[in-house]
Amino acid sequence: MRNSMLHGSKDGFMPPFDLAIASLFLALSPLVLAPCCAQFRNLAIYLSFAATAVASLATVCAGFLAVRHGTATSAVLEMGLPDLPFHLRLDPLAGFFLCVIGLLALFVSLYSIGYVRGFPAGRSIVRFIVFFSLFLAGMLLVVLADDAFFFLIAWEMMAASSYFLVMYEDEKAENRKSAYLYLVVAHIGAIAILLSFGVMAGLANGFESFQGYTFDAMRTTTYPVGWATAAFLLALFGFAAKAGVIPLHIWLPEAHPVAPSNVSALMSGVMLKTSIYGIVRIVFDFLKVYPWWWGGIVLVLGLVSAVLGVLYALMQHDLKRLLAYHSVENIGIILIGLGLAMIFTSFHLPLLAALALVAGLYHTLNHAMFKGLLFMGAGAVLHATGERNMEEMGGLIHRMPWTSALFLVGCISIAALPPFNGFVSEWLTFQAFLLSPALQRPVLGLLFPLGAALLALTGALAAACFVKAFGVTFLGHWRGHAPLQRVHEADWTMRAGMALAAVTCFLLGILPTLVIDWMDILPQRLTGGGIATSAGKYGWLWLTPVARERASYAGFNVFVGILAVVLVAWLLLHVNKTSVRRVPIWDCGFEKLTPRMQYNATSFAMPIRRIFGFLFRIREEVTAVEPVRHPAYPVKLRYRLRVRDRFWYWLYQPVADAAFFTARKVGRLQQGRIQVYLIYSFVTIIVLLVFLG
Amino acid sequence: MTVSSYIIEAVQVMILLAAAPAFAGWVKTVKCRLQGRTYAGISQPYRDISRLFAKDVIVAENASWIFRITPYIVFGVTVMIGGIIPLISIDLPFAATADVIALVMLFAIVRFFTALAGMDIGTAFGGMGSSREMTIASLAEPAMLMAIFTVSLATNTTSLPRMVHVIGHGELVLRPSLAFALLAYIMVHLTETGRVPVDNPATHLELTMIHEAMILEYSGRHLALIEWAGMMKLFIFSTLGIAVFCPWGIAPSADPAALLTALAVLAVKLPLLGIVLVLIETGLAKMRLFRLTEFLGSAFMLATLGMLSFFILE
Repeated sequence: MRNSMLHGSKDGFMPPFDLAIASLFLALSPLVLAPCCAQFRNLAIYLSFAATAVASLATVCAGFLAVRHGTATSAVLEMGLPDLPFHLRLDPLAGFFLCVIGLLALFVSLYSIGYVRGFPAGRSIVRFIVFFSLFLAGMLLVVLADDAFFFLIAWEMMAASSYFLVMYEDEKAENRKSAYLYLVVAHIGAIAILLSFGVMAGLANGFESFQGYTFDAMRTTTYPVGWATAAFLLALFGFAAKAGVIPLHIWLPEAHPVAPSNVSALMSGVMLKTSIYGIVRIVFDFLKVYPWWWGGIVLVLGLVSAVLGVLYALMQHDLKRLLAYHSVENIGIILIGLGLAMIFTSFHLPLLAALALVAGLYHTLNHAMFKGLLFMGAGAVLHATGERNMEEMGGLIHRMPWTSALFLVGCISIAALPPFNGFVSEWLTFQAFLLSPALQRPVLGLLFPLGAALLALTGALAAACFVKAFGVTFLGHWRGHAPLQRVHEADWTMRAGMALAAVTCFLLGILPTLVIDWMDILPQRLTGGGIATSAGKYGWLWLTPVARERASYAGFNVFVGILAVVLVAWLLLHVNKTSVRRVPIWDCGFEKLTPRMQYNATSFAMPIRRIFGFLFRIREEVTAVEPVRHPAYPVKLRYRLRVRDRFWYWLYQPVADAAFFTARKVGRLQQGRIQVYLIYSFVTIIVLLVFLG
Repeated sequence: MTVSSYIIEAVQVMILLAAAPAFAGWVKTVKCRLQGRTYAGISQPYRDISRLFAKDVIVAENASWIFRITPYIVFGVTVMIGGIIPLISIDLPFAATADVIALVMLFAIVRFFTALAGMDIGTAFGGMGSSREMTIASLAEPAMLMAIFTVSLATNTTSLPRMVHVIGHGELVLRPSLAFALLAYIMVHLTETGRVPVDNPATHLELTMIHEAMILEYSGRHLALIEWAGMMKLFIFSTLGIAVFCPWGIAPSADPAALLTALAVLAVKLPLLGIVLVLIETGLAKMRLFRLTEFLGSAFMLATLGMLSFFILE
């Protein structure tokens, strides 16, 4: 590989772009390292994940500096197609996403050291490490690519390596099926993205040369509205399929749970974000001018994904599946921010657009952190119990104090409770919603607050869902059939990975002004407005996105205030010596309490299942188990509940049926006898001679 | 931001801590009176709390630290919320910490931890209470925010002191949107503070319990903190309603005369609001859990109507 044409800024000891390239090589180094020391399992694990951790750290630095300085650096690699070398570019937008990817990849790399060591001895870890580093490098390249061809190569690299990671435990039929579904949807999406780039490239420079395929050409072209719409819709379809936006989410709750948990954390935390990157890049950087209803589509898709995503999540009893559906929800919340930004941009309100865009991008960063943390926590639980089913868990807080405390931080963050980070971005989104009267369109002005109410519903349901997730998994009594003594706390590397993610969640929650000040270059470049001057006007403590009179929030004060009152109350109550008496649980005189009598994941969600039942396909049956002495007094009951996604039956089942139907019809050609095939060839030749001769 | 405003802040928190049990006692007294029962007077809650503080704490064997820390968090967050709502003056240094949206989410912290504590012991009651509480909250929160959004659109802000300023000290205009929002707010108020028709604070009847089911296992000072916080929540929701919908009388500055007037006005408004609450409670019967969807759905519709009328009429 040859680096040429580096126009970098000369500040610092190493320009961000060089740092990014270096981190790329470092991220790929396990490709050599792991096979070389395959004999020494632990050494291979330590070396490889240390390399990816350092690579991630370098990525974060590169991204941070690129955003901070607002510089754009590009380079051309003389590889690829004859007329189309690979272009690379690091601008603030790419830098921001590098930061998101690098930060989580750093924590996950640390975590992976402990997690991968726990894999069964018979399983090849070299295969895992190789695809892990390819996956990481693929994501970095997607963000750094500066022409459509290279972008798609990186995109495919990311998709293919993550396919192999999902397939890692391929002895189970379920995993193979999920991975296949993932691959199919990923490729249908990739086709749409390819077509979208084709449309833009054609308009940029005609179809005669490849020059139109560079992002520079796409950036400088003005597009006619019709073609721009076609390009936008294709890109939206493609990226939505990758991001798991409803109704294209179907692969997500299948693929994320079956992947190893460190991979789920990366897939859910950052791989989905590459689609957000794609949408922002194409809409705000390439197309730039568009009618408001584009934003409307994105907004509605976001709202639908957010509400349905969290409702589906509530119905799950598989911990990782629940988290996967929450990714659908959070992608929805990010899209709400982007959609609002697009609408405000099309009405030429750059400041409001900046607010909405910051809300969306901030949530992108936040979601990467807390979802990564939660998946790592779920991985620690899976590691310790060998179980993903919450109905078989309970009381883990006593056996896994660290994991449970860190998982709780993730739950609080994702449930958008102050002073943690999830709240800040949702609060900014609410503020953007409430500025709708500025649009001077009564209809939109009315629809916006309704959207805000749906977002509120999402937030409240998410809180319910995480009370369920944490309560059923970590609190109460152990429900499992396997003995609890087997369960152990995660090792220190796993705890370190989770703890760093939790600390980041907290810092992002109490220091939003600093973060917004840092990333303000993005809205300035992309929408022409910035909010940092107003947001940080009253110092780092006070977040005032529009004006102090309009709204303000100080996460640090919330934290200190609560802490102060709690401490004072605690101290006042513990001045005198106090005692806490431990007694057995009060059983109302029943004396036969068993752990199976606790509320579990299914019963916790029952009221919500009844209220929103029309959105699901629910089959519920209760049968009496033999022997039945009297129909009114069954001794034992069997309860079966099946909640399915309606979209599967509406959209996917018909397509799958049609495909099978066609395949069966076409399959009749295959007779398996050589004579028949010779007749086919003969007829084909005759037909060709007649028509072409 | 002067010293006087910090003094007001401190005085306000004192009022909250001291007056919340009295308000709860007042509501109970009026309720007893209306229902023809004998009553213990408005000082009964003080006696309850002090008795609980004196008692030993009994904790189930498998309770974790979540169970033991929850009372403190519930109490801490509630006091913190009390410091944000303009009670007698809008000159509060702490009020800028959180706007109305953040305030709603602060209440969500209280609920989150109480629900977790309900599941911590591992009894069926606790889980039942948590499940129901979170379900109801997920319906009440959108209605609450919708009502608040209506007010915030009318006043162009989400900051509470500013809202009070715009409505209370601006020119008096009749806003139909606020009337709808007020109705919705009252319904949410009944829900959030666990009163009839949603929950009954006076019952331990197992099939209807919601809030009580979650805190059934608490005793001693833990229970005292939770009970006290519950009374403060009633007080806060009432004063929040007053601040947003009927802020006249709240002092715009730290002027002592204005503050005294504000205090007197509050001392009139709160008992009146208490009587209204009791009238609603006595007039309605407790609803089945799954009828609550309709109750909270109509609160949401009312708030939406308020917003519609804002965009059409104002």
